[in-house]
Amino acid sequence: MISLTRRSWLTLAVMALLAVLPPVFYLTGNPYYLDLATRLAILAIAAVSLNLILGYGGLVSFGHAAFVGLGAYAVGIPAHHWLYGGLDFLATTSGLVQIPLAVAVCALFALVTGAICLRTKGVYFIMITMAFAQMIYYLIVSIEEYGGDDGLVIDTRSELPVVNLDNPLHLFGLSYVALVVAMLLVRMIVRSRFGMVLQGAKGNPERMVTLGFNVYAYRLTAYVISGAMSGFAGALLGNFTTFISPEMMDWSRSGELMFMVILGGAATTLGPVLGAIVFIVAEEALSSFTIYWHLPFGLMLMAVVLFARGGLMGMLRGRGEDRE
Amino acid sequence: MDFSLLIIQALNGVQLGLLLFLVASGLTLVFGILDFVNLAHGSLYMMGAFICASLTFLFGSFVLAVLVALPLTGVLGFLVERFVARPLYDRDHLDQVLGTFGLILVLDTLAHLIWGPAGIAVPLPGWLQGQIAMSETLVIPTFRLVIIGAGLGAAAGLFWLVNHTRLGMLIRAGASNRTMVSALGIDIQTLFALVFALGAMLAGLAGMLIAPITEASIGMGNNIIITAFVVIIVGGIGSMKGAFIAALMIGLIDTMGRSFLDDLFKLFMSSDAAENSAPAVSAMLIYIIMALVLSLRPQGLFPPRTR
Repeated sequence: MISLTRRSWLTLAVMALLAVLPPVFYLTGNPYYLDLATRLAILAIAAVSLNLILGYGGLVSFGHAAFVGLGAYAVGIPAHHWLYGGLDFLATTSGLVQIPLAVAVCALFALVTGAICLRTKGVYFIMITMAFAQMIYYLIVSIEEYGGDDGLVIDTRSELPVVNLDNPLHLFGLSYVALVVAMLLVRMIVRSRFGMVLQGAKGNPERMVTLGFNVYAYRLTAYVISGAMSGFAGALLGNFTTFISPEMMDWSRSGELMFMVILGGAATTLGPVLGAIVFIVAEEALSSFTIYWHLPFGLMLMAVVLFARGGLMGMLRGRGEDRE
Repeated sequence: MDFSLLIIQALNGVQLGLLLFLVASGLTLVFGILDFVNLAHGSLYMMGAFICASLTFLFGSFVLAVLVALPLTGVLGFLVERFVARPLYDRDHLDQVLGTFGLILVLDTLAHLIWGPAGIAVPLPGWLQGQIAMSETLVIPTFRLVIIGAGLGAAAGLFWLVNHTRLGMLIRAGASNRTMVSALGIDIQTLFALVFALGAMLAGLAGMLIAPITEASIGMGNNIIITAFVVIIVGGIGSMKGAFIAALMIGLIDTMGRSFLDDLFKLFMSSDAAENSAPAVSAMLIYIIMALVLSLRPQGLFPPRTR
């Protein structure tokens, strides 16, 4: 018999609740909670992908919102041209074009910027990933055709076979399944030889180099995978909001993604999802009380960093259970 | 290309560069000595602007307001050091980034609570409002020259402080070898707090100088902090000289790029294409420069020798 650890039980329980509760709320006349859960699942995909490089790879990327934003624009720009003309080769509402485009654009952006960022380390890496994300932010703001500062309203969602994204239940279902796939994918990656090298390089890069591994290439590959996954999350987010603005890739969004990972517990399977859940719920709860909700929120963030090391998963760790 | 426009834009570039230096010098000082990443440094810039705005209305004098606001921002920096930065010195950079990110939310919301959601315009005294006519076409607002003068003065003072005083000697020694300095009987805690407060005052001064032009507003620090990061990455983190040179370089490139890049592009492409691509490229220009510098020198232009 397979014996599951406490942590695996928790993972299964949380994911089961996340699958069942939102549709139940929706069907009993509370569509708002389904929307909340859809946004949560999408942001959790981005957090899971960030966890691959931040948690397992030890690479503190402060620019992950740029991938989410680029992914959203990869949905929005073809739809914009389809609605308003121009650039015929790009104009489409087909999700089978838009979503691969989002993933490809983000993978390419990750490859180019990652190649430069990964030459640096430590605090340089944090700042340069942040700066590149801000570069994309300002680039989008400067393009008036796509709304600049005001963003892009797309009245049409991606058209996919089988699922209809205009149906909130379908959109949630797709986001949820994508989240589960993302979690399994990252879990598979970190347990592979590739993932072992990545984690080894986090602890001691010199040793891995001496062992003959090209640490730079491993890290770049992980960075590209992570960026592409966040791009996919961005494509979903664009479909969810149907309003795409540069604000999606503001650096505070990147900070929030990092916070989700750390809050839930870096380098764990469930951690980023748990972090996203607590983050979104806290945000909703606090912002319904006061417009000054950033104040308690900021204090909570500081308290987590100062006092709760290892995040929620660290607190929940059972006796005798080692890190995954 | 219009010659007097060129001069005006060059002066604007120098002005932006000096303001960037005031923010970046505090960042690089704190990082070089304390090995501490302070994302909330931009919020100190914002607080400087707001405090100065309130005091200007209280005293009816901008200059007096700056003189009083400076030590107040220093005190604020001192408090931030004591309650937020100090517990995070021994943590990794990730914790420092997240902790100070939380601090940004707190300080921005505090500013919102105290000063309201709208920005506050800061009135200048009459003698600073005028313009100086260099020639018929070349007219420069007096206050821009004051900003440049104050920026240069602060930079000179900072270099003198770091290179020619006992405190500066301790700062440099602390940057090279923290443990050794404290082993020699120097109170390293106080030194750190002083450095932090000094950085806060410099950022605050930049905020006070820009407030009469752009007004004090919430989130103003979050824009300049990224550019200040670019400056210290290009200059080499921890290097004061690097921060100064990179700040002027970035300030000039950014300002000139925004005004003249379309003219430059028109030399080798159709004017339509130039006008469409120039805004996008100039928005990315400083980041492209940063990428170029880093691909050649991953430690920046002037990496500090020790570290």
